[in-house]
Amino acid sequence: MDKIVFRKPKLLNDTPMHYCPGCTHGIVHRLIAEALEELGDTDNVIGIAPVGCAVFAYNYFTCDMFQAAHGRAPSVATGVKRANPNSTVFVYQGDGDLASIGMAEIVHAATRGENITVIFINNGIYGMTGGQMAPTTLPGQKTTTSQSGRNPLEHGNPIKICEMLSTLTGPAYIARTSVHDVKAVRATREAIKKGFKMQREKKGFSLIEILSTCPTNFHMSPVAALEYAKTAGCEAYPLGVYKDVEQSNEVKGK
Amino acid sequence: MKKLLFNESLCKGCGLCVSACPKKILKLGNKINAMGYAVAECTDEDSCISCAFCATMCPDCVIEVHKEV
Repeated sequence: MDKIVFRKPKLLNDTPMHYCPGCTHGIVHRLIAEALEELGDTDNVIGIAPVGCAVFAYNYFTCDMFQAAHGRAPSVATGVKRANPNSTVFVYQGDGDLASIGMAEIVHAATRGENITVIFINNGIYGMTGGQMAPTTLPGQKTTTSQSGRNPLEHGNPIKICEMLSTLTGPAYIARTSVHDVKAVRATREAIKKGFKMQREKKGFSLIEILSTCPTNFHMSPVAALEYAKTAGCEAYPLGVYKDVEQSNEVKGK
Repeated sequence: MKKLLFNESLCKGCGLCVSACPKKILKLGNKINAMGYAVAECTDEDSCISCAFCATMCPDCVIEVHKEV
């Protein structure tokens, strides 16, 4: 007897992804598809693509997709969800999109408690435009616009989105996960699944921040970039559940 | 019966599967695909335990994993 242990989820099509070798966008795309399939919810899904490397995410998902203006994906998702309350709506944003130009949109969508799920990819760098410093760049991290490393006195400190949004009343579920190894990838899938479950149960806004990598602009091999995310990334951005309305005791990080 | 099926046309040779494999039986072979990447291949399929760690870390859904039961 032969059993299939792993195959490509049906929510992804066979188009070759345009991402660089070792880019973790591909892993997260697959996790979203797997989470929705495991919940048995693939016919009525609408995704909102951001501006950034994932701008072409609509080429890879077989569900309905929409591409929003830079940073405005949560606002577009608000309209989509209110017009189609029975659809599962997810927003896919990077750190340049969500934490910089889209900061107002995400904070207000969160505080309104919009019933959407936001997948926030945090790799600490602007990938598509050539590796400039992002709001989430780690102190000391070298980018094309902070060539001696980010200096908090000069460039300011990184923004911690999960910590910030978890202080609001609106969000139902805020968690930070990573994709640096198999265990972390599986934990990320469970977190994404929980976010979608919260949305289906109409509990409110959910955001999953996923620490990821950009091997091209880190100037590292894909394996070394994941090691960097595991060590420096997880140290600066502690993993954990920051808000969960289903649990009375909120766990703040690990 | 093959345990690992590689969709080689999608592989970008990033090597994340190679580093994830607990049995260390994957390597980036000498075969080059149409995109110009050296694709991943399995050197010893008999040792494969079908854990799917390689497929879990693959960003491009190259690997399909089967298990004999």
